[in-house]
Amino acid sequence: MPKRKDIKKILIIGSGPIIIGQACEFDYSGTQACKALREEGYSVILINPNPATIMTDPETADRIYIEPLRVEFLEKIIAKERPDACLPTMGGQTALNLTVKAYEKGIFQKYGVELIGAKYEAIKKAENREQFKAAMLKIGMDLPRSDFAYSVEEGLEIAEKLGYPVIVRPSFTLGGSGSGICYNREDLEKTVRLGLEYSMVNEVLVEESILGWKEFELEVMRDVRDNFVVICTIENFDPLGVHTGDSITVAPSQTLTDKEYQRMRDAGRKIISEIGVETGGSNIQFAVNPQDGRLVVIEMNPRVSRSSALASKATGFPIAKIAAKLSVGYTLDEIPNDITKYTPASFEPSIDYCVVKIPRFAFEKFEGVDGNLNSQMKSVGEAMAIGRTFKEALQKGLRSLETKRAGLGADGRDKVFDRVLKTREEYLHFFEELPHNTDLLTKVCQSAGKPREDRIFYVKYALMAGVSIEEIYRRSFIDPWFLAQMKQIVDMEKKLAAAHGQAEAQRQLIRDAKRMGFSDRQLGFLWDKTEDEVRHFRRALGQEAVFKLVDTCAAEFKAYTPYFYSTYEDEDETIKTDKPKVMILGGGPNRIGQGIEFDYCCVHAAFALKELGFETIMVNSNPETVSTDYDTSDKLFFEPLTLEDVLNIYEREKPIGVIVQLGGQTPLNLAKALTDRGVKILGTSAEAIDAAEDRDKFKKLLQKIGLRQPANGIARTTDEAVRIAGEIGYPVVIRPSYVLGGRAMEIVYDEDFLRKYMKHAVEASDEHPVLIDKYLEDAVEVDVDLISDGETAVVGAVMEHVEEAGIHSGDSASVIPPFSLAADRVQEITEKTKLIAKELRVVGLMNVQYAIYQGQLYCLEVNPRASRTAPFVSKTIGVPLAKLAAKVMVGKTLRELGFTEEVKVPYVAVKESVFPFVKFPGVDIILSPEMKSTGEVMGIDEDFPRAFYKSQDGASCHIPDSGTVFISVKNRDKERIVPIAKGFHDLGYAIVATLGTAEILKKNGIPAEVTRKIAEGHPNVADLIRNDKVKFIINTPNGKGPMLDEAKIRSLAVSYNISCFTTLNAARAALMGVQAVRGRGLEVHAIQDYHAMLRQDKAILSGK
Amino acid sequence: MTRKASLALEDGLVFQGLAFGAEGEVYGEIVFNTSLSGYQEILTDPSYKGQIVAMTYPHIGNYGINEQDEESRALWAEGFIVRELSPVVSNYRSQMSLDEYMKKHGKIGIQEIDTRKLVKHLRDHGAKKGVISTVDHDPESLVKKARESKSIVGADLVKEVTCSQPYEFRETLMKGFEWGEPAPGKKVFKAVALDCGIKTNILRKLVQHGFSVTVVPAFTSAEEILKLEPDGVFLSNGPGDPSAVPYVVETVKKLIGKKPIFGICLGQQILGQALGATTSKLKFGHRGGNHPVLDLKTERVEITAQNHGFVVDLDSLPADEVEVTHINLNDKTLEGFRCKKYPAFSVQYHPENSPGPHDSDYLFQRFYELVEEANGAAV
Repeated sequence: MPKRKDIKKILIIGSGPIIIGQACEFDYSGTQACKALREEGYSVILINPNPATIMTDPETADRIYIEPLRVEFLEKIIAKERPDACLPTMGGQTALNLTVKAYEKGIFQKYGVELIGAKYEAIKKAENREQFKAAMLKIGMDLPRSDFAYSVEEGLEIAEKLGYPVIVRPSFTLGGSGSGICYNREDLEKTVRLGLEYSMVNEVLVEESILGWKEFELEVMRDVRDNFVVICTIENFDPLGVHTGDSITVAPSQTLTDKEYQRMRDAGRKIISEIGVETGGSNIQFAVNPQDGRLVVIEMNPRVSRSSALASKATGFPIAKIAAKLSVGYTLDEIPNDITKYTPASFEPSIDYCVVKIPRFAFEKFEGVDGNLNSQMKSVGEAMAIGRTFKEALQKGLRSLETKRAGLGADGRDKVFDRVLKTREEYLHFFEELPHNTDLLTKVCQSAGKPREDRIFYVKYALMAGVSIEEIYRRSFIDPWFLAQMKQIVDMEKKLAAAHGQAEAQRQLIRDAKRMGFSDRQLGFLWDKTEDEVRHFRRALGQEAVFKLVDTCAAEFKAYTPYFYSTYEDEDETIKTDKPKVMILGGGPNRIGQGIEFDYCCVHAAFALKELGFETIMVNSNPETVSTDYDTSDKLFFEPLTLEDVLNIYEREKPIGVIVQLGGQTPLNLAKALTDRGVKILGTSAEAIDAAEDRDKFKKLLQKIGLRQPANGIARTTDEAVRIAGEIGYPVVIRPSYVLGGRAMEIVYDEDFLRKYMKHAVEASDEHPVLIDKYLEDAVEVDVDLISDGETAVVGAVMEHVEEAGIHSGDSASVIPPFSLAADRVQEITEKTKLIAKELRVVGLMNVQYAIYQGQLYCLEVNPRASRTAPFVSKTIGVPLAKLAAKVMVGKTLRELGFTEEVKVPYVAVKESVFPFVKFPGVDIILSPEMKSTGEVMGIDEDFPRAFYKSQDGASCHIPDSGTVFISVKNRDKERIVPIAKGFHDLGYAIVATLGTAEILKKNGIPAEVTRKIAEGHPNVADLIRNDKVKFIINTPNGKGPMLDEAKIRSLAVSYNISCFTTLNAARAALMGVQAVRGRGLEVHAIQDYHAMLRQDKAILSGK
Repeated sequence: MTRKASLALEDGLVFQGLAFGAEGEVYGEIVFNTSLSGYQEILTDPSYKGQIVAMTYPHIGNYGINEQDEESRALWAEGFIVRELSPVVSNYRSQMSLDEYMKKHGKIGIQEIDTRKLVKHLRDHGAKKGVISTVDHDPESLVKKARESKSIVGADLVKEVTCSQPYEFRETLMKGFEWGEPAPGKKVFKAVALDCGIKTNILRKLVQHGFSVTVVPAFTSAEEILKLEPDGVFLSNGPGDPSAVPYVVETVKKLIGKKPIFGICLGQQILGQALGATTSKLKFGHRGGNHPVLDLKTERVEITAQNHGFVVDLDSLPADEVEVTHINLNDKTLEGFRCKKYPAFSVQYHPENSPGPHDSDYLFQRFYELVEEANGAAV
């Protein structure tokens, strides 16, 4: 059927900030959808407050609103733009939830906006558990037995009937928030209570436990003619009980006969029809009883998802793009398959390789977090790997995780409980002893059975010790097929270890080992050789990686899209081309400190270099991203970002150079090793990178420029640290060198704590020493992004942080332009930053962090690479910095590119951070030098208060316009809170405070009701929160740690979705926001309109 | 465990890998199948007689073998090529491993070769004659053997796979794995299935859709078939070149117009020839479970199971007698047609699936309705 002509303007709802359960995959999907719809001539309007997305680039959609995903803003945009239709299925659960809310308020109806892709009824049917269950029973589907509870009492009753364990699933939440497995009454009460809170409709499902069953997913698509295809089947390595986002998953399914698979496919077809997803993709999850094959439906997502992004990358079939085309009336057979060109999209991909996805966790960032995996998602990112076999893909996946592993162990990083097996001797000895150490072996087997982040390694350790597959299955319910594959790896590893020192045996084994995914590092470990020695040995034997195509059709048709993975086989399929090539190294899996911002920069580099006529080669292992869309670069290598894997590609493709400064710390850490092996690094040299990281060199650099630095020192031992801290004077900031996102960074107030810390930090810092700086209390922190071509340097923006120095820059709100700094100060910062760039001979991007302490400027840190704020700055100033950076790295000058002067913006943009605390119940939410945020939003408006207010709304930290605010501040803040409290009082808010704070307020004439602390009995502040008496909270922390009373309050606030300001600065900004909004309501403007205010020079806006 | 095996193609391409299954040497046309699952059904599909099958998916044997999933009484493919044979089987229905199964049936397999390279070669150069050997590993000798081996073009392979005696078939679909929507509580009609190498699931589907089925050997004459007084005649799938079985074509010519006819795969090629159309060999055939077929009437796309190396030439169909009903969307070849004057129709693909998707159940229903109508008219 032809595309619809009755609609012209389509609104797409984005997914907002990166949070656990919603990451880059929705930028990938949304960007594809925008492109696909515009290709068809539709005008696309977009709402998404996440600035670090490709979809919010001014070129991606016709009108882009970087505005909060709240009904009020959505309505304003609809009223202004009057779209004909809205496609709600591209922005994850956030977009669906917003759509449901807006629909129920009649907004789409009021403006005559048609929902395409999925109608309101279909969304409700899929998302509301009761409706879903009824629909499934109607079409004869089997489900786990279950019932709905609307109170804890009802929950208990149902659980008694079903028998423990039971699973509690709240209706209408994100990424399974609030879901949990309950083994007893106590668990159940807790989980149901929380679940009812998380649920948008106060409803939870209490369900028969099918823990230990096999879990499968189908990615399906349907068009308006009821044509139906399965794009991909996914089988979970981890059995049911672990959220699919936290499971190792494998495509295609491995252990279903065709009869069983087709039964599942039939179920998929019935389900998508019954739910009524007219067009587009859906994800359907099933469980299969391994004993008798009983098939039950778990859930269905009537939209693109993390799994659909994975399926797209795993098969080469772009689900979101096709879904967008189906939503405007095309049928599958009318859309060509991009990869084969002449066959249609109405087919089911066949693959001739195995894909493994492995989740990436960040538990080390959150003190007191429960590291057991369950039905609530906890991972922050994922890596995908492709191999010809599961074994190869698994090992590649494990070394893609950026956890310093080189595969399935035997890499000097094995750690069995607290035993670190660093050397070959320790390692072999340990596993020789393990079978004889019954207690330890039992513990290992127990750990193999318990789903945790490192469980797969314990499974391996058990196999190493000779524990049978049956025994491991009994404990873990991991399918014996997967265990047998791991056993093959273990058997090979034993042969390899035995070949130590025997060149002939090594020669005979090396090909088979490489075919099982062993890295040179692992071989080096087992053979006592360096990685380079193994590499040379291997290459001398002619054992080199070949690259095969991902082509959707298992080679049945010729493929035109150069999307590759490495393997060890006979035939290489890379294509020889004559164009000069540039290789761009991506950032790998998302983790805290390294996320979508860097992918954004890599994508921009690919676009920019394409414009200049280069052939771009992208290397990355993150399936969620736009960078791993085969459309983004000329060639895509879906590979781990390790030295070995990158060199393999480099040697095959022979690019003119490699870009390492845009993908974050991952590629930057490879810079030196690559340079040493003759690889040309484009842009800022590895030497300069080192100069910024090396303390002594850095100190000299600052001295030369005439910049102050907080007093500091380097310690390699605890005693040294104590001595230095004593000299500098407490408080000090302490951190390991060469880390990302302030990992293990702390503010230390006394020696006791310092000693405790040192035990912890040396672990985090590896062999690297610990850095100690004077902590500049109450300093203003400033972040600067700069671009330089080696001659000309231009500051992208000077950003002032709302929170004081000492809070990780990635966790602070930051503001362009600075809101409290004098013009000459900004000028000074600009000039000094340029001097640093010149001194380091920066070619590309650089980020510098400063503090202004007692009227003096201090330089805290220089990062000669793209920063997390690069996309935010680019969006704000209308200049695509990463694009320009890529161009200067290949020799263009900023003068040629037309960017020689700082941009002054006549509006204000605020970047606010978004945190995953809601997924980690009980964890304290206070901010520190250790980064904890997963994502960010941008608020943009005419002045700081308004922009800040929007940034809070965007970050789901809404400030209600009336009600009660709870205030409790530390002693140092008691006087300073007074004007803020007065402000809220004047606006009509009621104030509740703890005794100390209340007294100060009353003394200053501000009425405040006193409430008890939690430890002081009932009713206390916790009761007020639970009973919805408190609308938001201002609480500046006295101390740190989950045991504290105030930490419990903050954690409770998170559970109850109550905004909580933990610094005075943020509270003050919030007050200003409310004051401004009271005066005059907020308006919405497209980012294109803001940019139009800047200048007429359109060439710069488009980056040309 | 690590026995050597070699694979050679007539055009000189040679692979050295590891053996599984039985020992020896086998010849056949090398073809590939892109199904991700269903290796057991494929191996037992009589249409693979004379062929050595390569699976494109690398992990094969994962879920073992069970007697319920056999598509015939024997393992017909001459040899089997996989990237990696599973070291264990994991499925609640499994009764033995693929390796044991191959040994039991005396079939030879080769693994640990670059199957993607092989598939690309076949795609680019067409299906090739080849040999798998566990005894001869000399490339030159093997290529020569492959070159000298018998071609399936023009060879009557049907006579090797058809049943020797007529028999009644009464089974329906396996419990727990029923699919399709036969109209309930209707009259049972009698169908005669001409067995050119019929897959069991076709018979099961016929039973499920309201037929009592008598299976007769391929050499059964039209007179003998008519003597059985069937309400409809089914023409089965089968191996090899349709031009090599003129006796079946002659039989069918005599049945057209007398009895409603439904043909699948080779059945379509025979029906086509009986109506005067020609057939030809595809470059590398269609084998897999993901081929999109467009029903020209409903404009709906079915994802189909396919297994054919020959095809009815679209432009050779007598336009006045035949209406094209289905087209393959990948290469636009003929997938189905119906006679305008007589109750007869056929499809090139496999609506009975096994292995493959269940999108085309309606064809069995259509056959039933055709028979019902013809019988109603007769009364």
